[in-house]
Amino acid sequence: MQMRKTVQNLKVITNLRLNDDHHLLELKVPDRLETIHPGQFANLLVDHSGVFLRRPFSIYSVDYENNTIYVLIKVIGEGTRSLAATAVDGFISTIFPLGGGFTLPPAKERVLLVGGGSGVASMMSLAQVLSADLNDVSILLGARSKNDLIELDHFSRYGTLYTTTEDGTHGVKGYVTNHPIFREEIDQFSRIYCCGPEPMMIAVASKAKMESVFCEVSLENTMACGFGVCLCCITETIQGHKCVCTDGPVFNTNQLKWQI
Amino acid sequence: MADLSTTIHNIKLRNPVLTASGTFGYGIEFDDFFDINKLGGIVVKGTTIFPRQGNSYPRMAETASGMLNAVGLQNGGAPYFESDIYPKLIKYETNILVNVSGSTIEEYIACAEIINELEHIAGIELNISCPNVKEGGMAFGTSCPSITAVVSAVRAVYKKTMIVKLSPNVTDIGELAKAAESAGADSISLINTLLGMAINAETRKPVLSTVTGGLSGPAIKPIALRMVWEVAKAVKIPIVGMGGIMNATDAIEFFLAGASAIQVGTANFIDPLISLKIIDGIDAYLNRHNFNTISELVGCLQM
Repeated sequence: MQMRKTVQNLKVITNLRLNDDHHLLELKVPDRLETIHPGQFANLLVDHSGVFLRRPFSIYSVDYENNTIYVLIKVIGEGTRSLAATAVDGFISTIFPLGGGFTLPPAKERVLLVGGGSGVASMMSLAQVLSADLNDVSILLGARSKNDLIELDHFSRYGTLYTTTEDGTHGVKGYVTNHPIFREEIDQFSRIYCCGPEPMMIAVASKAKMESVFCEVSLENTMACGFGVCLCCITETIQGHKCVCTDGPVFNTNQLKWQI
Repeated sequence: MADLSTTIHNIKLRNPVLTASGTFGYGIEFDDFFDINKLGGIVVKGTTIFPRQGNSYPRMAETASGMLNAVGLQNGGAPYFESDIYPKLIKYETNILVNVSGSTIEEYIACAEIINELEHIAGIELNISCPNVKEGGMAFGTSCPSITAVVSAVRAVYKKTMIVKLSPNVTDIGELAKAAESAGADSISLINTLLGMAINAETRKPVLSTVTGGLSGPAIKPIALRMVWEVAKAVKIPIVGMGGIMNATDAIEFFLAGASAIQVGTANFIDPLISLKIIDGIDAYLNRHNFNTISELVGCLQM
């Protein structure tokens, strides 16, 4: 059963510093978790006087046995800095699960997941579910440099892992779309899923379109509420303005008015 | 338990807490969070006769103690509201009001006529204060003659309770409130958002697609309180106060300034349960200060 959205104070069970600017928080959910779909997100309250609105984060992973959810925090400003500094046993008011998830293949398929920046977060939960469903999963992660790539060991458990870095310190040098997989194998995939900076998603969507491969992306527009009432996070679609928080955050790139 | 019930013209409210237009969707969006029948009422989002796509992205900028928005009255239009939304609202027992807006007086009239036929809608809130539309909106709410024209025109077609929502982007709010009262308003609600602007120093560009937008949140509360207090002195009809209410104490301040009821707006984005907490907090305040009813508190500012 899909979980109803709820606002709860969640206790921080672990706070793992992955690198200079990434923290992985494990949050204990008091009530029994129901199904959370890859791509859904949580809106976290920041306990900092200079930060007014909540901050949205993809749900990185769900541990149904221990009744916890994981969120990946990339430190960008005051809000994320404050959240990343939350001590174990501290509480974070969390609205979740929000939005809809990625469309999963009906049967076993060969799929490619492309993640960049903090966009790797939704790729983790997706990789876990796709792998559990016995799909043939390839994961391509892009970053500026080696030190910006996170959780590679963890990702490699759920599929064949490829990387690109802009400075060439890990994997193929360049952007994700410079990876040979896009030249040689792209038509072998039945689906491409992508989350990362918008230019990256547009580039990936463009490659997918050229080969007529199904492509879904997860967008991250600024939002005030996260549950469809402020109407601030809209994106342009062929059906007019749609809210990223409730109509997305996952969109089929056919629906978006990107110039690809 | 104190008696929290109150009335705004013909509308009986179980408590004086409503949710503000544009911050509570159609109420349906909050069904997962709580039973919205516990509210005094909800004001559904700005509705116009024709569908509106609203402004382009970006529409929002976080500010110190608040936020700017430039949504621009995105809605499906009054006929869509009647056919697709209204049937879903009939299940609620709380008061449902519709915020009505337009680009011309004719559009206000056409929209109000449709809402007038909807039995389960307790009243309208006439929005003559939206700062985010190119035509109409706030332009109607910033001079006495235009307020008189639009309010009296809608009064002629709308038979139930009509609240007129005023803009704070004016010099003398009391005079404008009097104009609305004389033209047939049953109540005044205020304040809508304050016109503001955000600039990204790095890109040297405005943050909002529309350059300017409406400021809301606790940053505007002192202005809202001052304006409610001024309007309370100027008119006899009841006032619905709003502007940066984040907790029960904020709400109490509006009652003291002269509001008979309040609306919770931007705070809904941060805590979907905040209006329930505010109702409980108002009750606790009344008990602590030995008030039997909320009405005793209205305009009770000690000078």
